[in-house]
Amino acid sequence: MAHSSVSGTSSPLVPTTAVRRLLATVVANPFGTAVCLGLAYLAWTLGLRIVDWAFVNATWVASDRAGCNPDGACWAFIVNRLPQFAFGFYPEAERWRAWIVLIAPPLLLLLAMAPEFPGRRKVLVGGFCLYPVASFILLSGGVLGLAPVPSEKWGGLLLTMVVGIGAFVFSFPVAILLALGRTSKLPAIRLIATGFIEFWRGMPLIAILFMSVIMLPLFLPPGVEFPRLTLAMTGITLYSAAYLAEVARGGLQSVGRGQSEAANALGFGFWAMQGYIIMPQALRAVLPGIVNSAISLLKDTTYVMVVGLFDLLNIVTAALSDPAWLGLATEGYVFVGLVFWSLCFGLSQVSARMERDSERAQLRAPNGGRKAS
Amino acid sequence: MTANASIAVRSLSKWYGSWRALRDVSLDIDGGTCTVLCGPSGSGKSTLLRCLNGLEEWQEGDVAIGGVAVGYKARELRRLRRDVGMVFQSFNLFPHLSVLDNVTLAPRIVRRRVRRETEEHAMQLLERVGVAQHAAKLPSALSGGQQQRVAIARALAMRPSVLLFDEPTSALDPESVKEVLDVMIDLARSGTTMVVVTHEMGFARRVAGRVVFMDKGSIVETGEPGEFFDCPCTDRAKAFLGNITRN
Repeated sequence: MAHSSVSGTSSPLVPTTAVRRLLATVVANPFGTAVCLGLAYLAWTLGLRIVDWAFVNATWVASDRAGCNPDGACWAFIVNRLPQFAFGFYPEAERWRAWIVLIAPPLLLLLAMAPEFPGRRKVLVGGFCLYPVASFILLSGGVLGLAPVPSEKWGGLLLTMVVGIGAFVFSFPVAILLALGRTSKLPAIRLIATGFIEFWRGMPLIAILFMSVIMLPLFLPPGVEFPRLTLAMTGITLYSAAYLAEVARGGLQSVGRGQSEAANALGFGFWAMQGYIIMPQALRAVLPGIVNSAISLLKDTTYVMVVGLFDLLNIVTAALSDPAWLGLATEGYVFVGLVFWSLCFGLSQVSARMERDSERAQLRAPNGGRKAS
Repeated sequence: MTANASIAVRSLSKWYGSWRALRDVSLDIDGGTCTVLCGPSGSGKSTLLRCLNGLEEWQEGDVAIGGVAVGYKARELRRLRRDVGMVFQSFNLFPHLSVLDNVTLAPRIVRRRVRRETEEHAMQLLERVGVAQHAAKLPSALSGGQQQRVAIARALAMRPSVLLFDEPTSALDPESVKEVLDVMIDLARSGTTMVVVTHEMGFARRVAGRVVFMDKGSIVETGEPGEFFDCPCTDRAKAFLGNITRN
């Protein structure tokens, strides 16, 4: 910086203030400096190796394992099978339908990060609520002139999206009803809701999935058959609802008694009061918990492999045993990990954005009105 | 229901467990008058007020507003509560809604009025209570006195035939108390049926048609404010007035 030499009192060799401050810190804190240097060395060597493996020595185009550089990642395996990882066995001629279903959630997430415009919230909420039903209709076809595609053919990321978002969206209203039931004044309703929550929350998801695929059909009337996907989704939905219900109950309890008294005194009925006054406050209060549940549910969808559904993780695992691409487990799992991480990171970014927005709304002109009267 | 309904309370009794909150209370309030309920804490005055719109359940006796019995059936109670406005000690505004939406929500949802109509009415009311310039803000951005005046506007938006006030100024600083009392005095002079639980004796003197003094769940003494304050008949009322004027 120029000013130290211009000032005249110091010689041109005196280090700049930033460097001087750094030196002072190093001298004052030798242990911290040692730790810092050690960590930097570790990061450097590890980082170099990772970069070497993942980029420098990596092979992106090859027709089989033999064509890959053995010192680097064999991304060609992922690239070759990308359509399968994305769509499973969805017929190629109908892929455009799968594309729409696959692209819609990231687009909605981007929209959630977009600057505010009138009706943004409605588009977002409507989009996510319609998504499961719309994607089911679009994917299975049989209506509107679309060729029918059985759900056994859905797979990969497509299946992960449909199951994850579908189970979450369907479990939301169930969770709200359960939370209301659990806080109800009527003992019978409270007992049923509490029992339901404890039952589904207390069981391992794998057991629920097995039961829903094996036992649920026993209770259905003969001749009625549901695809395995529907049965598994029912199980995951109820499991997720039990968890979400407890989150929602926390929110309900955070809303003061005065709110329901004020609503009652104005003549609101129970449902109008919940819909317009209590729930908006309760759900906003527990937004981080809701997003937390969504993230954990998205990752839990990988358990559908135990009932033979090919979600992203399972289809990659299956591809690992392809004789042409043997021994590429690292590449496969790193890829799955990155895809899941991106989805979850997107979700948590959206949640942070929503929290910031509501905080800003609370802080808007905090003292603006105090003086005037 | 008529514009300014009368209220009739007949031998009302209420227990919280084994503790008796109200003892055989009977009270008639004429339409268009302002009645002040006062008494030491725990005397049952707030409980009595909350029975009038069914926020509290009672065990014996009857309450009727404008000739309509206040019952336990949810649908009838809801219908009645539309016509009975209430203002709370802690305001109880809806914190997630703007001041304007706080006032318009109930007319829109409960009375199914269209938005434009409710907003026009709401702005008139906010103007009347002196907070129209804050209509777009959230309640948390307002002072206590302003919030309480919004709460009064919210109650008025339903065009109630009776207004109940549950210690409306107890949570306010002295400056705000005056703002709120001015609004209430204005309301009382316009001939609204009002029942007010308050310790503001100045307010009672100026606009109350009648003061009801309660102690231990019973009505001990009722009278016009002038008589009651200047020469209370009972020893209990004398002691109470002595206590609150000394502070």
